Amino acid sequence: MSDKVLMKGAEALAEGAIQAGCRYYFGYPITPQNETPEYMSRRLPEVGGRFVQAESEVASINMVYGAACAGVRVMTSSSSPGISLMQEGISYISGSNVPCVVMNAMRGGPGLGNIAPAQADYFQAVKGGGNGDYKRIVFAPSSIQEGVDLFVDAFELADKYRMVVMVIVDGLIGQMMEPVEFKTRIDVSTLKTPEWATVGRHGRDHANIITSLTLDAAGLEQWNLKLQAKYAQVELTESRIEEYQMDDADYAIIAYGTMARIAKTTIRIARAKGIKLGLLRPITVWPFPAKQIQTYVGKLKGTLTVELAYRQLFEDVQLALCGKIPLGWYGRGGGVVPGPQEILAAFEEQFGKGR
Amino acid sequence: MEHNVVIAGFGGQGVMLIGELLARAGMEEGKEVTWLPSYGPEQRGGTANCAVVVADEPIASPLLTEPQAAIVFNRQSFDKFEPAIEKGGLLVIDSTLIDRKASRADLDVVYIPATDIATELGNSKFTNMVLLGAYLGKVNPISIASVHGALSVFLTGKKAALIEVNKKALQAGVDFVNKK
Repeated sequence: MSDKVLMKGAEALAEGAIQAGCRYYFGYPITPQNETPEYMSRRLPEVGGRFVQAESEVASINMVYGAACAGVRVMTSSSSPGISLMQEGISYISGSNVPCVVMNAMRGGPGLGNIAPAQADYFQAVKGGGNGDYKRIVFAPSSIQEGVDLFVDAFELADKYRMVVMVIVDGLIGQMMEPVEFKTRIDVSTLKTPEWATVGRHGRDHANIITSLTLDAAGLEQWNLKLQAKYAQVELTESRIEEYQMDDADYAIIAYGTMARIAKTTIRIARAKGIKLGLLRPITVWPFPAKQIQTYVGKLKGTLTVELAYRQLFEDVQLALCGKIPLGWYGRGGGVVPGPQEILAAFEEQFGKGR
Repeated sequence: MEHNVVIAGFGGQGVMLIGELLARAGMEEGKEVTWLPSYGPEQRGGTANCAVVVADEPIASPLLTEPQAAIVFNRQSFDKFEPAIEKGGLLVIDSTLIDRKASRADLDVVYIPATDIATELGNSKFTNMVLLGAYLGKVNPISIASVHGALSVFLTGKKAALIEVNKKALQAGVDFVNKK
């Protein structure tokens, strides 16, 4: 056998982050991702890292901010209501042009909601959340292995672009077990402290100062333009998608994360019935893989967007395809997860028998 | 080829454990596996279940709305999962603890007095292994030898002494369905 181990998602993702070079974790407990900080508290000291359970989510994200300013690989994780509390800090980190990784194990909302799987934080992750014009790269893995692999990219891209990278999963991915292999190990001794890091002057002729405050309007506009240029570059080069059984597809389901995985079973059932259905699965939801999806204009008779939310992903699909392909939608909320047959029924209701 | 099963009972009956054994044994055979627990505001004495998929191909949905089989340890789980099983599927029931008969005629139902068999082997705690044996006697997602291998991962140190009796309980379940 290979080096596969059977691990719970929330723990495997934590190990994935450590293999990716994460040495600092600050967090506050919340279900359904408590196994992540628990694992970090045990493992980080073993690899020379530091784990701190903060007094709140607000404190956690500001500790992350501080460590990010020191130029180290740092992350936090939480679940929906906790991520809401972190939005101010995420905006500050973005405005300060420093890197970090934030994982959200999304649960049913709004409010305290429940602890069941959901994707209703899509807008918060992709469109905004905190104040001001900022963007994060948002990865949406649909298996534990993919999540582990993406953590390497998450830390690499966070450092490369000096920005916040979010990894959004849900309780289903967090709680399930799958075989996983850790293929890449970043040797942290090879990571150089960035020259902008606030770790002392070391003979430089100036002190590094990191802030998100710029009182002069013209100066802040220039700063914003710099950020916008960076986001434009990311949008151009970093969007990713999986195209599954699309070669001969008449129709496509568009879904990400857990929902995409369940949709693959729907596709198997549909194809057995003679419906040529494929899947377009955004792996990054920001940047949204609009260009890749647009290549199917003229080839598809329709798409069905499926999500554990109410028309959030659907809005990005509309922006990419509106008026060019008939667009269907199906979603469940509050932590209810539809099965493969239920998705097929929604497809047949909206597109007939798909012929 | 894909095999999937829901295993359900009270918390503490070893429901999650035999699911994990199945998944681990499948992984050791080089198969694709997923193990998905029910999770929520669970409480002591409440019901728990897990969904296990063992397949040759990458697994799409780990969530089973129409499982091929169910192994039920108590009446509540029986009532909940009997209607969900796919047409012609398999239902394994601990008939020591469940007095009701299945109401569906299309299912292959195994009524096995698993708690009684386990008690005869020395401890009712082995009931889960007897039920897993009965399931594996009916379908072969993995070999019994792989389950034996997986047992040695779970039962280490002082608990290693329990491996043999667990193997016996597993075999008792296999034998029960095979002699029929």
